[in-house]
Amino acid sequence: MASQSLTRTGEQAFTPSYVLKGFRRESLSLLLIVLLFIVIIGPMMTVIFWAFAEQWRYPSLVPTKWGLSYWAETLSRADVTSALPLSIGLASVVTLLSAVICLPASYAFARMNFPGRQGLLLSFLATNAFPRFGLYVSIAVVFFRLNLIGTIPGVILIQIVNTLLLMIWIPTAAFQNVDRSLEEAALDVGASRWRVFLQITLPMVLPALSAAILLTFVSTFYEAQGALIVGVPNIRTMPVLMYSIINSQVIVQYGAVISLVLWLPSLLLLIFAQRFVRGNTISAGFGV
Amino acid sequence: MATLELVGLTKQFSGNNVAAVHDVNLNVADGEFLCILGPSGCGKSTTLRMIGGFEEPTAGDVRIDGQSVVNLPPNRRPTAMVFQKYTLWPHMRVYDNIAFGLRLHHIPKAHIDREVKSSLEMVGLAGYDQRYPSQLSGGEQQRVALARALVLKPKILLLDEPFSNLDALLRVRLREELHAIQRRIEITAIFVTHDQEEALSLADRIAVMNAGHLEQLDKPSQIYAHPKSLFVADFIGVMNIFPAERRGDSLRIGQYSVKAPANLSADAGISIAVRPEDFSFGAAGRSDSTEPWLGTIDQSIDLGHYRKVLVVVPGLFPDQATAMMHRVKVYMPKAAEAREGDSIALYPRRYLVYADHIQPLEIRTDLTSTDENLSDNLARVAIASEQLANSG
Repeated sequence: MASQSLTRTGEQAFTPSYVLKGFRRESLSLLLIVLLFIVIIGPMMTVIFWAFAEQWRYPSLVPTKWGLSYWAETLSRADVTSALPLSIGLASVVTLLSAVICLPASYAFARMNFPGRQGLLLSFLATNAFPRFGLYVSIAVVFFRLNLIGTIPGVILIQIVNTLLLMIWIPTAAFQNVDRSLEEAALDVGASRWRVFLQITLPMVLPALSAAILLTFVSTFYEAQGALIVGVPNIRTMPVLMYSIINSQVIVQYGAVISLVLWLPSLLLLIFAQRFVRGNTISAGFGV
Repeated sequence: MATLELVGLTKQFSGNNVAAVHDVNLNVADGEFLCILGPSGCGKSTTLRMIGGFEEPTAGDVRIDGQSVVNLPPNRRPTAMVFQKYTLWPHMRVYDNIAFGLRLHHIPKAHIDREVKSSLEMVGLAGYDQRYPSQLSGGEQQRVALARALVLKPKILLLDEPFSNLDALLRVRLREELHAIQRRIEITAIFVTHDQEEALSLADRIAVMNAGHLEQLDKPSQIYAHPKSLFVADFIGVMNIFPAERRGDSLRIGQYSVKAPANLSADAGISIAVRPEDFSFGAAGRSDSTEPWLGTIDQSIDLGHYRKVLVVVPGLFPDQATAMMHRVKVYMPKAAEAREGDSIALYPRRYLVYADHIQPLEIRTDLTSTDENLSDNLARVAIASEQLANSG
């Protein structure tokens, strides 16, 4: 079998169609790189330029006058100074609560067998399987009756719903990846179950748990739909604020500066992910 | 320094009608090396895990030095286990892997250092203490796992197919080292394996298990020479098994007949088992009364110091196709002439008769032939080299 396929690819290397295919493949990747520039790098550069532009007159390709004055102006706006701490605080509380609820649950999903386990695990996909907006509107109707609209607890609750999939699936896969015999070996040399968990299981799942927690924090920080629907009119998080500033302000720089500030968490996540998380940890979360 | 007793040990997994382990009784003496041998799914690992405390028996008792440990969790049993899978903790260095258990007992650091060092020396890995498991080969990982188990000075060492993931040559080498270590520190060891060669070469005694039952508990030579059940006869070593029927005071196998044991009570469900080395052979026509089985050599395999010959004996079976499928395995001295296609006459020199629910009966037709011990040892060598040839 193996030798057969070897000769086949060997033959192909000399046929015109194979050369053509290789050529096509190369031009395809070139096309992708160009697209990447147009769709991602280009707008990104524009936003960065705008954030540091005092003046940008047509037809110059770069700002005609650079400066940081809009940074001071934007960051001292009353709505920004209240939204930034609120967003960070909300994201922290939601992440913490989600971790407290989901991490023990994911351990149970990985280590115990209870009726309905598989169905329950799949049910967390439900929040992602349907249009979010519809889900949030129906939740908002319930929240309205419960007087949760426009309150911090209301926003926290709706944002927790958003985190369930990540916080359950990634840690569940991580716990499942820890072979039981590793835990048994520790038990065998005299460790108590609690110590086995702390010194054997936990260190081994820590990269995946950190990834899940960070992803949760960042995605909560950026979450706007739920916060917008449940939080109005009192709660204005950074993403909600960004929407309104971009929609209503003539001065482009305000939106650009806020966008850059909002990039910061995902940039930090990226750096962390590269340094500490193995490439397959996050993808492993979806192999449940 | 410890004895082990299993008393009526039974394990029934929930949702399963058949017991995984059924009423196993055995005693292991201080310093003895016992192998539990059986095919996969026979309950041998479950038995070991019940000794280690990882499975809770449905019934029965596990006693170490006469004291029941059946209610203790694994971390409070004086046993240490080496697992089939590589179970070194990947986030700890070799040193910390071995020291983990010692630290739990609040032993001073200098003492831990000394113990870790000497246990690494014992398994031939001195100087490996600062490596991570991922930097070790499979064999090295299992040596460290052995060091990790032994450093706690357990009363009973449990080994669950520890070498089955290693290649054939390394498996043999580690097995020999394990044997030497076990002899030196005189620890009581229980070794689970499906590899009979491993069991025959390591064990003081072998416990053969099948379908949850302990089939036979005996010395390796006894297990080979006197298998107590048809299962053991078939499982240990190479065996020719023929269905037979009783006709008066003889047993018929196809068109041939052999002498029936005098005290055989059964009439049907009889099997006759002949080891490949228990045939005499020659050209047809021997002076004594034994009836020769006439066949054709189908295959003659030179295995170094002896020859394995596969013989088609049409007369043993109702038709030619069945005879082709059940070729008779015969070991011959190397000097013997045996070319493929040659005719040959086989004389079963020693055979065992099995019938339902009775003890096996042994018949020798040629008592002068061999000294039993010598023949057993030859057979063990033969099995070992054949298996090496197969696995290589």
